[in-house]
Amino acid sequence: MTALRQRRRESLLGLGLVAPALILLTVFLIYPFFKNFTLFLYHAPPYPGLPSKWAGLSQFFDTVTSTSFFDGLKATALYTVLVVPIGVFLGLVLAVAAHQKLKGMAIYRTIFATTAVSSVAVAAIVFGTFMNPVLGLLPWLGIDTNPTILQNPTWAMFAMAIIGLWQFIGLSFILFSAGLQSLPEEVLEAAKLDGASPTKAFFTVTIPLLSPTIFYVFTVGVIAAMFTFGQMDLLIGPGASSAVHVNTLAYQIYQYVVTQPNPGVAACISIALFILTAIVTLANFRFLERRVNYDV
Amino acid sequence: MTSDLAMRPVPQPKRSRARRSKLASYLVLTLGAIVVLFPLYMAIVSSLLTPVQIGQQPPLFYPPSPQWKNYGSAFVDGHLDTYLWNSVLQTLEIVVGSVLTSLFAAFAFATFEFPFKKIIWALILATLLIPFEVTIVTNYQTISSTHLLGSMWALTVPFMASAVGIFLLRQAFMAIPGEIREATILDGCGPMRYFWRVAVPLVRPQLAAFTVIAVLGAWNQYLWPLLLTSNDEAHRTLQIGLKTLNSGTFEGYGVVLAGAVIASVPMLILMVVFNRQLVRSLTGGAIK
Repeated sequence: MTALRQRRRESLLGLGLVAPALILLTVFLIYPFFKNFTLFLYHAPPYPGLPSKWAGLSQFFDTVTSTSFFDGLKATALYTVLVVPIGVFLGLVLAVAAHQKLKGMAIYRTIFATTAVSSVAVAAIVFGTFMNPVLGLLPWLGIDTNPTILQNPTWAMFAMAIIGLWQFIGLSFILFSAGLQSLPEEVLEAAKLDGASPTKAFFTVTIPLLSPTIFYVFTVGVIAAMFTFGQMDLLIGPGASSAVHVNTLAYQIYQYVVTQPNPGVAACISIALFILTAIVTLANFRFLERRVNYDV
Repeated sequence: MTSDLAMRPVPQPKRSRARRSKLASYLVLTLGAIVVLFPLYMAIVSSLLTPVQIGQQPPLFYPPSPQWKNYGSAFVDGHLDTYLWNSVLQTLEIVVGSVLTSLFAAFAFATFEFPFKKIIWALILATLLIPFEVTIVTNYQTISSTHLLGSMWALTVPFMASAVGIFLLRQAFMAIPGEIREATILDGCGPMRYFWRVAVPLVRPQLAAFTVIAVLGAWNQYLWPLLLTSNDEAHRTLQIGLKTLNSGTFEGYGVVLAGAVIASVPMLILMVVFNRQLVRSLTGGAIK
């Protein structure tokens, strides 16, 4: 009898303890996520207060086939391609170089980690300021700043990508360092004893063993890149961003919530962006299963 | 094995190769460090320059007469004093909230049997797949329809639960040997007393790791505070304050860069002091 009462008390306590987190996650993540799938079926009323008009799936198809969506898709893809592969590569190179028992390694580790803790606002201000033609740095380096980089349709995206790359290197480095530390030393030692040169050992032993980490860093990087819009907002703004081709999809969502409110279209882009990230993540996992060496 | 190695003469070329690879490592790392640090270094230097000095060519790589008043201007004219306080408050609310709800939920999942446990667990894990960016349409409406709008709570309540935190802490609670719990039950210790007195102190390392990453995430938030405080100066956070500062009309970029330095110093200190916790939470068991 007491056991039963005890069990009942425990299940009540368990539910009670889970409730705060469950309620918050439901209200602020699960519910709004699914709400997108009703919002995207309605046209936003021309004036707030008027009833929304049923649009069915047509609004979604109109949105994803519009030029602004296509430009956003292009900007998002270009940004991702510019930032992620280079960021993964540089993080790996630095982590490999730092993965030795040498003097002063702790200082290097700290230095590389600084970019991972810098906010997008700080990174954007720091880089954006030096891209300003009023400042002497770029002209001194012989870089033509007329028109300024941030107003240049060809180069603005590269400026955005440099900011993102700088931020991503720190995280990439930290993840690779941890991955390298968890590699089995015996295997690397064995390769060395077998007379493999450091370069050969690196490509035939270290890289295959590290492949789960490489894919993890890659996936994390791609997902972060696909939702980037901070430096575009801070340095270029909602008006000019489409003129210089940096109006990423995440930024468009923000604009349809704030600067030109249209919940229906915002929901359409949210759904499209979510599907895109889901596809990329799944593709990564499929690739991961086939190519990645887990047998360690 | 050892004797076998000892018998072998140490080949000379190998040794110089090791030295060369050491040298190459230092070279790569130093080059990387310079590239990574240069923008921050220049930001600090330029935050101490006058408007004229900042535009100088060739640029100044050190402040000849440090203009500390740029920092004063950022705080007073740029209202960074208010924004800094708001950021501290915002971070504190989010961290305390998400740490508590995660501790409670993680403890419940690791310790008790209760109805719908598996479904709730699956639901919480599923939220890891939902990026916050795709929820802002509805969240903005939700917050606007409550009286939270126009208070600090609007900035913080949506982030007071974290699937990552629940996941990390549940693992930690599950690693506590069952005998410990049984012993405390025999001693007549109730579940909540066991929680506060025994279980929470035992998961301190993971708790510290999650707290560090929660602080970092909250402090650096951009999207949600931007949505809510672009037109609400009283609750604007430091990150959004930087945007205001950048688009404002200040004498020289020194003030703007001073703002950027002010916004990054707390997190740089956090990183140096809690480097190990930071790495642990960022890698989060995802890496073997």
